[in-house]
Formats: sequence, C-alpha cells, structure tokens
Amino acid sequence: MLSTVQTPRSLSRFPFYIPSKPFLFHTTTSRFSSEPIAYSSLTEQSNSTTTTTTSPAPQQSQILTIRQSLLSRKITATELAESYLTRLRLTEPHLNSFLHISDTVLREAQELDQKIKGNEEIGPLAGVLVGVKDNICTKDMPSTGGSRILESYRPPFDATAVKRVKQLGGIVVGKTNLDEFGMGSTTEGSAFKVTANPWDISRVPGGSSGGSAAAVSARQCVVSLGSDTGGSVRQPASFCGVVGLKPTYGRVSRYGLMAYASSLDVIGCFGSTVADTGILLHAIAGHDRFDATTSKQDVPNYLSHFVPASSLETKPLKGLRIGLIRETLDEGVDPGVISAIRAAASHFEELGCSVNEVSLPSFSFGLPAYYILASSESSSNLSRYDGVRYGNQASTDRLNYLYGDSRAKGFGSEVKMRILMGTYALSAGYYDAYYKRAQQVRTIIRNSFKEALNENDILISPAAPSPAYKIGEKKHDPLAMYAGDIMTVNVNLAGLPALVLPCGFVEGGPAGLPVGLQMIGAAFGEGELLRVGHIFEQTLENTKFVPPICDS
Amino acid sequence: MASTVFRSFQIHPFLLHTRTVLGLRNGVMYSSMKSAQSQTATKEKKQPQLRPSNQSKKLENISNDYEAIIGIETHVQLASQTKAFCSCPYHYGSLPNTSICPICMGLPGALPALNSKVIEFAVKVGLALNCKLSMNSKFDRKQYFYPDLPKGYQISQFDVPIATGGYVDVDIPVEFGGGHRRFGITRVHMEEDAGKLLHAEDGSHSQVDLNRAGVPLLEIVSEPDMRSGIEAAEYAVELQRLVRYLGVSNGNMQEGSLRCDVNVSVRPIGQSQLGTKVEIKNLNSFSSVSRAIDFEISRQVLLHSQGQENQIVQETRLWNEGSQKTVTMRKKEGLSDYRYFPEPDLPAVILSKEYVDDIRNSLPELPEMNRRRYEKMGLSMQDVLFLANDNNIAEFFDATLAKGADTKLAANWIMGDIAAFMKNEQLTINEIKLTPEELSELIASIKSGIISGKIGKQILFELLAKGGTVKGVIEEKDLVQITDTVEIEKMVDQVIVENPKQLEQYRGGKTKLQGFFAGQVMKLSKGKANPELLNKILLEKLNSER
Repeated sequence: MLSTVQTPRSLSRFPFYIPSKPFLFHTTTSRFSSEPIAYSSLTEQSNSTTTTTTSPAPQQSQILTIRQSLLSRKITATELAESYLTRLRLTEPHLNSFLHISDTVLREAQELDQKIKGNEEIGPLAGVLVGVKDNICTKDMPSTGGSRILESYRPPFDATAVKRVKQLGGIVVGKTNLDEFGMGSTTEGSAFKVTANPWDISRVPGGSSGGSAAAVSARQCVVSLGSDTGGSVRQPASFCGVVGLKPTYGRVSRYGLMAYASSLDVIGCFGSTVADTGILLHAIAGHDRFDATTSKQDVPNYLSHFVPASSLETKPLKGLRIGLIRETLDEGVDPGVISAIRAAASHFEELGCSVNEVSLPSFSFGLPAYYILASSESSSNLSRYDGVRYGNQASTDRLNYLYGDSRAKGFGSEVKMRILMGTYALSAGYYDAYYKRAQQVRTIIRNSFKEALNENDILISPAAPSPAYKIGEKKHDPLAMYAGDIMTVNVNLAGLPALVLPCGFVEGGPAGLPVGLQMIGAAFGEGELLRVGHIFEQTLENTKFVPPICDS
Repeated sequence: MASTVFRSFQIHPFLLHTRTVLGLRNGVMYSSMKSAQSQTATKEKKQPQLRPSNQSKKLENISNDYEAIIGIETHVQLASQTKAFCSCPYHYGSLPNTSICPICMGLPGALPALNSKVIEFAVKVGLALNCKLSMNSKFDRKQYFYPDLPKGYQISQFDVPIATGGYVDVDIPVEFGGGHRRFGITRVHMEEDAGKLLHAEDGSHSQVDLNRAGVPLLEIVSEPDMRSGIEAAEYAVELQRLVRYLGVSNGNMQEGSLRCDVNVSVRPIGQSQLGTKVEIKNLNSFSSVSRAIDFEISRQVLLHSQGQENQIVQETRLWNEGSQKTVTMRKKEGLSDYRYFPEPDLPAVILSKEYVDDIRNSLPELPEMNRRRYEKMGLSMQDVLFLANDNNIAEFFDATLAKGADTKLAANWIMGDIAAFMKNEQLTINEIKLTPEELSELIASIKSGIISGKIGKQILFELLAKGGTVKGVIEEKDLVQITDTVEIEKMVDQVIVENPKQLEQYRGGKTKLQGFFAGQVMKLSKGKANPELLNKILLEKLNSER
C-alpha cells in the first residue's frame, strides 16, 4: 500500500540496475550501492511488467503519481496543469513566490496530451510542473537573478539543469523569487518583491531560494530548482516545511547558474517528498562538458535505494551510524528546534540506528571562512555586470561612470556590501590574512567532516537555528542574518551533500512552524541520504507538512 | 548582436589600438636580416631628426659609458581551432561579433571549459624554450574593468605558470656583427585574449568586438638579458620562428598574433643597481622593436649624461611610428592591484610524465638545431640564417637535398631566383608550384648537361608559375641541349656564312668578335647549343679556314 517505487513504463532515465562501476570516492557509500533488496525486487518488477503497470499510484511521490495518472488516462496533462495554475493564481497574491510565470504551460501540457494520445513515449518528468529559481538561466523567459541590473534580461540558452528537466518532459512553470544573486537568507533581498512563508505569511520563507521553497510548499508547482551556496536550499526548505537537497559539489552542472561563489555554488532540488527530490536530482545530475567542475562519476538510480514501506522491517535502519553534531545544539539555537532534532534522533534510534553525539571543533570557524570566500568569489563573479553587454546601462559620457553608475543603480545594498568585502579580502596585502587563511580553514573543516564521516554514516543537525522569523525582523541586522547560516555553510565548504526534511514543528503562526532536519552524507552519497530520508519520512507518524494556505 | 554602442563616453585616446593590416600575406623575406636592412636605412635617415648631428656624435661617445638592460614580454596567440574556453573559432579579420557565444561574451551563468590544445601548445613551447614545466599548475583570475574584457577578469596564470626558467639561443645576423647569444626565459603562462574596441572617428562612441575575446595566448617573459635594439628584435624573431616551427601560432605581428612589450632601463657601466624601467608598447614589427628600443636608450642615456636621470620615471611609453619616437602613455602610480585568486571554475592543470614525454618526443626540429645542422653541412652563416629562418623553406630545402641535389646549388637556387620570385609574386614557398623533386631534377639536369644553366632558369620560372616537371617542360619546348657536334658545326657554318663582314674583321685581328659569333649561334640554336662545344667548334672554324 505504501509501496513507493513502481516501475512505470519507459522510465528511460532511471535504469533499473546498479552501476557496475565501483564508487571511486568514499568507501562508506559502497555498502549502499550493493543494497540487494531494492535491486532484486525492482529488477523483477521491471522484467515482469513490461506490458502494463496498473498498480496504485504511490503517495510518496507526486511525480510518480502524476505519471501513473497520465499513463492510465485518469487525468490529462492539461487538467493537471490547470489545477496547479489555479492554485498558483489563488495563492500567489499572498506569497509572491514567482518573479515570472510562464505563459506556455498550458500549450506544453496540450502537446504532451497529444503525445500520450498517440501512445508516444513520454519522459519521466512528463507533465511535472517545475519552478526554477531566477538565478538559473532559462531561454524564452526572463532571468534576473533577483537583481535590478538584469531586469528583463533574457538569456539565449537554458541552464544545463533546466535543459535536462525539459528534455525529460518537465514543464517550467516560472521563475521563482530569491535574494539578489542568492545573497541572503530571507528572500527580502530581492530587487523586485518579498516572498511570504506559506505557513505564516507574516514570516520569511528563508532564502535565498525562498521562492522555490514557498512554491513547492504551497503546491504551486510539483518540484523546483534552487541553488545552495551556503544553505540557500536547505534553510528555506526548513522554513517552508519541504524537502530540500543540496547535492555534492560537482554532482550537478552549474552551467547556466549565475555564479555567486563558484567553489561553493550548487543547484539543488525541492520537493514535497524525498522521492520527488531524488527523482529531480536524478534528472539533473551528471557530468556536463560545459562545467569543468562536474564529476564524471556515474549517477546512481536513486529510486533503487528506496525500500517500499510495506517491506520495511521493524528496524529498517539497523546498523546505521548517525552522528549528531554537538555544536549545532549549542546556545543560540531555538529550544523548540533543539527538541525537534532530539526527537528526530530518537526516531532514528527507533529505526535501529545508533546515534552518537559527534564534535566538530572547527564548526564555528565555518561562518567567517564562508563569508570571506563567498564574498571574495562574488566580487569577481559579479564583475561581468558592468552594463556594457547586457542589463541596465547607466547613461553617461565617461567610461568610469558607465561602470560606477550602472553598478550603483543596478545592485542592491547587500550585494554591494559583499562585493566590497570580497574586494577588500582579495586586495594586495590582505589576501594572505583573509582569503588564504579562509582557504586553510576550509581545508580543516573538510578534514574534520571526513573524520566524522569515517565514524558515522550520516551526520545530523538542525537546518537552521530557528524556525521562520518575521519579515523585516533581521533585514537591518546582517550579522544576525549571517549567523543563521551557521548550520549550513560548513557543508558547502566541505562540498558534501545534505538533505533537509521536515521533522517536526515549533509553535508559531496559525498552524505551527516546520522544523527541518539536516542530514549530511559523504561526497556523492546522495543515494544513501535519500534512502534513509525516505524511511525517516515514511515512518514519521501524525505529521503532514502541508501549509494552511493550501486549505483555503 | 553584442556590439554595444556606448552612449558616447570618452576613451583615453592613447589606448587606441592602432594595428593596421600592412599586407595580406606574410612575405617569405620576413627575416630579421631584411627588416634590419631597412632599419639601418631608416635610422640613418631619421637620426638627424632626433638631434643635431654633432650632438649625435657626442651621444655616441657618451653611450659607451652606459649599458641598456632590456627585457621583453611577448604574447603569442595560439592557433588552436577554437578559443581557450569555448568552441568558437577565431579568424583574424572576421566581421565584428560573428564568432562569439555565451561563454566568450561572459553572459550570466556561462562557464569556461578548457580547450586541451592550449595545454598541449603551452607544453610544446615550454619544452622548446628549455623550461622547467610545472606538473601541477592552475589558472587564476586577473581582475580589472575594461569594456573589451567581458567577464571583468582575465583567466590567466599567476603564481604557478606552466613553464619557468628556460632560455633561447639566437644567432645575430652577420651584418650586425654576428655571434651567438643565449637569452633567459623567466616564465611562460597561459591566458585568454581580450576583445577589441572600435572607436568612432569623431570620438562620439566606441563599440566592442568580442571576436578575439577568449582566444588563447601564451605570455612569454624574458630575462632582462638583451642589451640593444637588435638583440631584442632578434630575440623576438627567434620566438616567431620557434612558434612557427612548432606550429602553435602563425606568429604574425601585423595581425597581432605575436605582440611584444619591452622594458628598457639604462645604467652607467659598472653600476650594479638597475636604472628606472620604462615599458614600451605599440610595437607592430620587429624593426619597430629595434628602433623603439634604440630611441629609448638614446633618450635615457642623454638624460643620464645631462644629470637628469630623475626625469626617467617608471611609465608606459608608446612607440609612434610616424615621428619615430616614444611618447608617454601613462605614468605608473603605484602597482595596480589585480586581486589575483585561483580560478574556481577550472580544475588544476595536472601534467603526467607520459603526456610531457609524448609531446617531447613529437617535437619537430627547432630553429637552433636546424641552424647547427646546416652549419655542419658547410653552408655559410648567411645561407644558414636564410634557410632556417622559415621552417617551410627549410623543409623545402631539406626535401630538395633528400632527392639528391647538391647542397650549395640547392641553397643558391632557393635563396636566389626562387626567393626573388616569391617576393615579387607575394607567395610563400608552400604556394609556389615548384616541388622539391623538380628543383632537384633541374639541378641534376644542368649538372649532367641535358640543359644549360640559362635554359635551367627559364624552366625554373615555368615550373614556379605553372608547375609540371622538368622533363615535361624540356620535351614540350624542345629545350634539350644540343650536344651533337655535326648540328652545332652546321649552325656555326651558317652564321659564318651570313656574316662575312664580321668574319673579315675577326680575321683582321678583332678577335673580340668571337663573342658576337657565339651569340649568333646561340640565338640560332634558341639557346640550346652546349656553350662549351659551341665555343670550341666556333674557334676552330674561325681560325682554321684562313
């Protein structure tokens, strides 16, 4: 009944076999790649169900449900798109998740219906409405990065991740709001609008991918793409009560993602379930010749890691070693958040895991190191916004003013502050004291994670020190806002994958505020994070993370 | 599409790139020798303009008390099929912004992906310059704002260049005193080129052409080992030869494929401390390299000799071809801070020993080796420098010898009539129709007496222009030398009979007329009579029938 993984027809992007190539990276992942249960059951299924698949649609995956419904002709893609667009139109005035809404959604859905009618093959994301953060380039749609300087800029190409989503049948529903160029943790830093949290519209959705998180949370779209440089997928996922995945650095192509801090940036996924998040990751992951930092490592079939709930044993995670990062439960962290995380830890124990507290002494150094490195790289990456080739150009007769005025008018204050900080940190005479030192800290952090992950399979922590706070609360206190990133930045510095999923609530708002649990895995261990996250999600009782805005 | 018309901002006029196309083809005679000859001529002509001649003499004397220290930074545009970080091709002279893409335009979200040819070419040049290679290097970002720099930073190499600590050997042409010099190479690093600005003539606006943006460059920095304009120019010419031999660049200065910025300082002989360094830009030919440096040395020496060395300031000067002077472009106010940091979009450049060895083993013969080989073959230094100047000529020469031609004769033909033909027709040796096989055949045919040298020349021009074979032309035009005594006797008889007056004069003692008779016979034979036989028979006949 709770069987999650079905084998829909022509799911060509999800080969049902375990990659024969051994994992070259972390040995901790290898034991999962040979996970026999999912493998055998899925293979049998796929062999025996080549003709028809009419099993009930799994509830744990919107994407698979949609697929089932479309293939069984229960619903048309057009009807589905219309229902989402209706909800989007109803909720959008309260939420402001989107900067741009596509006007071709229905046409694309109709085209898909024609295909289904003609019994043509449809992609694994067919009919799935996908929101795309506005710092990810989309052809035929504006891509502003939330910045005035790129107001009405339309890229001539799709980001690799977007291209793959489209190739697999996904329909881009629109471009979601964000803090300008991803710099911020509330989405208040957008040059265009402030997005509200679907759980309480007086609160921020988090950021910088606040629009993408809010849109999935409010079911304005099925899944969405975000970007995570220091927590920009995970923190809003926590604030909005959705699943957010920050993949390993190099797992997903950054081509077409407007660079903020190139060595930290990664495109991530939002979904209302772990399975959806995994399916979306599978769609966008993999080597890309346009991004030299992508890994050539095979993309495993994340679905095969999922154990159907019906076949779960009493202790399905027996033997799994969970490390609870002690430093993330220190003072400064909301007591409600701490108790939710402790409850999650207990839940893991119930599932058979061993949970131990683990100390990462370098944890607190991550924040300053992150802000130096990210600012330094951003000061360089944002140099291209000079008003010469695209974007808003100041009218002036002197070259220096052309630069100065275009950038002064085009960038918001947070962006300017980070450019200035980064320029300072990279200047002659300061480089060693700041940038170089921060790189050394980064190495230390990377090593301490490696050590901790030698002794533990997965590390857990809160995704943010507090639940969603009020709009405007930290707008004029950047340091308080930066401090909110303490849970997430270390993971970017180490380049590791992390999955955030809602694990409980704290009081606040009309229906409580969701709390996100962060699970950190070894490099390229997304499959294991998804498998464990999926079991955690299915066994979490009496919790439904649907915000009140969806009931109205 | 990306050509942006600036809303009329002012550009510093001295930043104008004044590279003009001097000629479509790059002549074979592009050797230092030729340019140097014209250099001397210009210098003699221009010198009086610099200062009164009596002062010039005085300066010459003063010059002996000073030494110039010269170092050169050379940018070599690599002739890869595509740009350094995207798949756009680059063709010099294309219409503006016709060879651009999101990557080389620096659009939001675009990322660089390294063209592996850039590494290969850099390793080739590094090895050819006897450098130590960095097996583990990286790219860095050099940051500054300029409209021709789309990303606001240039991808370059900073603290770990791909090659360091090498040298290059140069033979100074005989007319400049000859001799062998070795100049140190400080470093070789990879970087990308910027675009170009096109300025409206009325100065109202500027436009950006990004065709060149992202084209791979090697920056080659020399040690400050040069002491004169000639040495510096010869160093630059040798780099050009080297990159052409290696096939990594066309090395064309007019097109900007090879660009030289020189640093010049002067100090009294015996002083260990270096004088203030001045950088000179806008050097579009080897002769301008040489002349600009010599001018700059004179200028600095003069200031020194007048006790005004404090007037020499660290600055960038521009070579003005019209006035033959260097003029201040910008004074250096402190060091500019490029805020270098490692390029995070590109992985480290890691070379394996096998990779380097493979390239090392596939290196062609380099100019220096080539010159030493020709020298050993007994050719004069002048011949050596000419033949080894251009690898295509050297290959042609070697191929001719491989077909059995005599070394000296082959060299003479190539350096004489063939070179003259190429110069007149503005052709390179690869464009002429003559093949090394036929040149060898031609030389052999003359040597064996099938044709005379004169006919040989005639055939050569036929082959140069139209191609074909020596045998074919001889047959077609019936040019085989007449060596049949009877036939020549007949012609001699005819000429003698037809010129009784001259015969009388000859026999009257005016023996010089033998030349006249010989000429007439040769004319009659259409140049085909064997000259030795002809003269022998003619003499016999003229003298015997008394």
